[in-house]
Amino acid sequence: MNEIWLMIGQRLLLGLLTLFIISVVIFGATELLPGDLARELLGQSATEETLAALREQLGLNDPAPLRYWNWLTGVLQGDFGVSMATKKPISELVGARLGNTLFLALYAAALSVPLSLLLGVLAALWRNSIFDRASNALALTAISFPEFFVAYILVLWLAQTGLFPSMVRITSATTTGDLLYSAFLPALTLTLVVTAHMMRMTRAAIINLLASPYIEMARLKGLSPMRVVLRHAVPNALAPIINVVALNLAYLITGVVVVEVVFVYPGLGQLMIDAVTNRDIAVVQAIALIFASAYVLLNLIADVLSTITNPRLMHRK
Amino acid sequence: MTILLSIIVGLGLFFLVGFAGRTALQAAAPAHHKPMFREMPLTASFGLAVILFYVAVAILAPAIAPFGEGEVLGAQYLPWAAPHYLGTDKLGRDMLTRLIYGARNTVGIAFATTALAFVVGSVLGIWAALVGGRLDQFLSRFVDALMAIPALIFSLLLLTIFGTSVLTLILVIAAVDATRVYRLARSVAQGIVVMDYIEAARLRGEGIWRLIRREILPNAMAPLVAEFGLRFCFVFLSISALSFLGLGIKPPTADWGSMVRENATLITFGDITPLLPAGAIALLTVAVNFVVDWQLHRASGLKE
Amino acid sequence: MEKPVLLTIKGLQIEGRSGDAWHPIVKGVDLTLHKGEVLGLIGESGAGKSTLGLAAMGFARDGCRISGGTIDFDGIDLRTAPEAKRRGLRGKRIAYVAQSAAASFNPAHKLIDQYCEGPVVHGVMSREKAEADAVELYRRMRLPNSEEIGFRYPHQVSGGQLQRAMTAMAMACRPDLIIFDEPTTALDVTTQIEVLAAIRDIVRQFGTAAIYITHDLAVVAQMADRIKVLLRGDEVEEADTRSMLAAPRQDYTRSLWAVRSFARAEQPPATGTPVVSVRNVTAAYGAVDVLKNVSFDIHARRTVAVVGESGSGKSTTARVITGLLPPRKGEVLFNGKVLPPNFKARSREELRQCQMIYQMADTALNPKLRLRELIGRPAEMYLGLRGKALETRIRDLLALIELEPDKYIDRLPSELSGGQKQRIGIARALAAEPQLIICDEVTSALDQIVQEGILKLLNRLQGELNLAYMFITHDLATVKSIADKVVVMQHGAVVERGPKAALFADPKEDYTNLLLSSVPEMDPDWLNRLLAARGGHA
Repeated sequence: MNEIWLMIGQRLLLGLLTLFIISVVIFGATELLPGDLARELLGQSATEETLAALREQLGLNDPAPLRYWNWLTGVLQGDFGVSMATKKPISELVGARLGNTLFLALYAAALSVPLSLLLGVLAALWRNSIFDRASNALALTAISFPEFFVAYILVLWLAQTGLFPSMVRITSATTTGDLLYSAFLPALTLTLVVTAHMMRMTRAAIINLLASPYIEMARLKGLSPMRVVLRHAVPNALAPIINVVALNLAYLITGVVVVEVVFVYPGLGQLMIDAVTNRDIAVVQAIALIFASAYVLLNLIADVLSTITNPRLMHRK
Repeated sequence: MTILLSIIVGLGLFFLVGFAGRTALQAAAPAHHKPMFREMPLTASFGLAVILFYVAVAILAPAIAPFGEGEVLGAQYLPWAAPHYLGTDKLGRDMLTRLIYGARNTVGIAFATTALAFVVGSVLGIWAALVGGRLDQFLSRFVDALMAIPALIFSLLLLTIFGTSVLTLILVIAAVDATRVYRLARSVAQGIVVMDYIEAARLRGEGIWRLIRREILPNAMAPLVAEFGLRFCFVFLSISALSFLGLGIKPPTADWGSMVRENATLITFGDITPLLPAGAIALLTVAVNFVVDWQLHRASGLKE
Repeated sequence: MEKPVLLTIKGLQIEGRSGDAWHPIVKGVDLTLHKGEVLGLIGESGAGKSTLGLAAMGFARDGCRISGGTIDFDGIDLRTAPEAKRRGLRGKRIAYVAQSAAASFNPAHKLIDQYCEGPVVHGVMSREKAEADAVELYRRMRLPNSEEIGFRYPHQVSGGQLQRAMTAMAMACRPDLIIFDEPTTALDVTTQIEVLAAIRDIVRQFGTAAIYITHDLAVVAQMADRIKVLLRGDEVEEADTRSMLAAPRQDYTRSLWAVRSFARAEQPPATGTPVVSVRNVTAAYGAVDVLKNVSFDIHARRTVAVVGESGSGKSTTARVITGLLPPRKGEVLFNGKVLPPNFKARSREELRQCQMIYQMADTALNPKLRLRELIGRPAEMYLGLRGKALETRIRDLLALIELEPDKYIDRLPSELSGGQKQRIGIARALAAEPQLIICDEVTSALDQIVQEGILKLLNRLQGELNLAYMFITHDLATVKSIADKVVVMQHGAVVERGPKAALFADPKEDYTNLLLSSVPEMDPDWLNRLLAARGGHA
């Protein structure tokens, strides 16, 4: 058992190291610019005074490692600095919106994970049937659609008829029930896109295993197809399936950006797009770091979970 | 009712194009490729036919478009009626014309980006797998770190810093995508490098360049070609998403993603015109995916 | 007195799918099996043995279908019976033991859970009773720690033990019939004995009928009451074991027997400077020494066979000679001159002198290159041949390995049979005009008749071209037929070495003795004699 903890400890350390490198990349990307960041942001017509003021504000006069250190220690204490466009502290801008985005992502995950696992297992069980072929072609189609296309089709079909709202407003008076109702279309959009991916990969993971000799052995022991898949294939497919789920939850994070814009959903994605448009670098860096951390965290969890579901690692010789 | 009707019409068109495409391809294919097309599923022939159609439209755009790409011709948001068969957009430009030019701009930029990402990623990937050791370690750890940042988020970060022009867009997306190609090319090449025939060639005293060119590349082509299709879909969708967000290809260049963005308000009035460019994106991606799926299926089937 | 009939197969036809077309795998085979009888099914790869064995359970693999004939198991027609009924028989009345137990046990469950699954699902006994029964059968299969071994996961148990645990599992419902599909093929010879003995005993104890599938005649001679020979989906002949061994009626059967009879005369010990000389080599992967102080010489026109079981270090020795694994201590001499330890430091001339032929021709030949380039490249590189001269040389080499140049020169490896691919491997080695050829298990993946062709070819070439061979193999029959000198290895060290005849006649070391005596012989009484000689059981 100690070896398992050691392995998990190693993964955690590796995760921390990755986060550190990411923070360097995100911070250091601004250094890649050939010229001066302040001039790049303000344009050629800017006066020397405004440039100097901006440099002072961004701390551009300090050496890069010092600026990185100040930024990192700030971030670790929840202080991301000040937005250039709105002059407000970034943590304030991000705070409420982070909750909204997490809510949307979890909402979509709660719908898509069970649905896609069920569909994936069924497609593997009935492979080459009409159900399998149809669901495969449909999934391939759904994967190919840009998110905004799916979103607008849903708006056209479900919001035009007045069934669901096409815009999401969140105030302090909004209850969870209201939120579940009004965020249904964005969540459904994400669900459709992600489910297709997850279903296909789940199916592939299981079918990959169905060719193994121990599956043939299980069939030759006279077990029913359902028992063969559930008891003999699924336990061995857990590690790949966990990775599939993690990969797609991570994908949700990216998908959220476009969907939030379509449905005017007050989340981090909206904020990020506004910040990119205004070239409000500090805000973009902060949100990029948050998204990347969530991504790393998800992969870390998947890594640890697939380690503990592997009997070869759990039960050493 | 309309939903049902559109599904029926869609399926009908799918089968029609699929059958017609397969028949045409079989007739046109050289003799030794005919069996491949005979066993082709309907989805794949549909995909191939659609891809060929897009390529034709992109090449012939100036000849078949009724108006100029950026020409302002009349009132904004005109309904579907001659001479503006698909109406006009919010600046009064002809929708059909811009859709046709979009094939050229959007698909062309996506293709150039994928090609760039592919050359850089696959050369580095195969090189790392073959040489191994420190070089491989360094490149792979670096790529791992870059890949730990979600692709769209990383692109957004880079676009903030470098600004949004078509050239930076191509470079940024290609850089982000090259990491994914690197990963695949490296793992494919690693599978080949452990083969006895590579060991035999090394013991013979062959140089690196010959090993890559004669021993590895011919065996890595099939997965790399399939990956090219998948990467193209991904790049195409990414660029469209960025354009839709107002950060990609900028007006007045006709581009499908930004066309959806510019005219999105119409949707709330039940007008489907803005969905046409979105549909054009979806259709091409579906087509490429169908063909790739078929190729992957063929490759895996032939192996056993 | 004849026992009642258990299984009758008549005119069985099975087809396999390739692309859209179906081609026959089994072409109208009849088979009758009585209760408690063991039938040996023998044939080379592609004979349809496994397919036929599975059909006896009413089962066809994905991509196969039973297209004709009848399968009658104890009055039940397995072709027409509903799937639920067939499922009720499988594992309960007809059980299966697969070739690779390591791959056929589910890695996610403990052995005993997999054992109990059959009896419980089929409603034969309760879980508690099944567990107790498992321990009893493990004991009868002579598994060590029979009380607790079931509570391990498959990866925690060795290959030979897993194979016995799988046989125990097949016995769980006390079936009437067990299909053994090459159960010992993946095992080392010394392990094989224990498994063979255990399987034979338990089948006899319970009076179970069995179909024993193998490509190894000597093994089937120990196990079966009757033998049926198959060739490309057709029956060649069938007879009881002793008369089949004594007097095979068909030419094909006789040719199978004859393979073992090829042997070249042992050459007298050579003198002078050896072509290659391995001196006190110790080599390691990481911190673990996998070779310990290994030394031997090989002379021109001589064949040295390096023999050992898996993990003995024989292939590692080849990697040291070729320079892929520089040794930690010791050196390799070529014609009396020390070779640089790493191949990257060797000159082109040094590389040319030592060529290698691999076990799996499929992975040793680049599948995308035509024979012209595969064979021509070494000649072009080392000997500087170009254009006409190169073309002539390639054609000469093809003729030398007995392949018609005009027909084969532009083919891809995928357009050749297994034996032809191995010949191309030989031609590629010859193209460099080397002095030493290392043959790494070159015949192991081939059918016996094809093996014989390859061995004869290598033997002829040695005489014509003055070659020295290092023959790495685990197969002692190959050693007997081709070696002059034998080096026996175990756990990375040389146990014993000497001229072939002397070593086989009078092995000095216990391990050599164990290894030699474990090789099955055609005599049906061989296993009994061996077990008696070793005192009880292995």
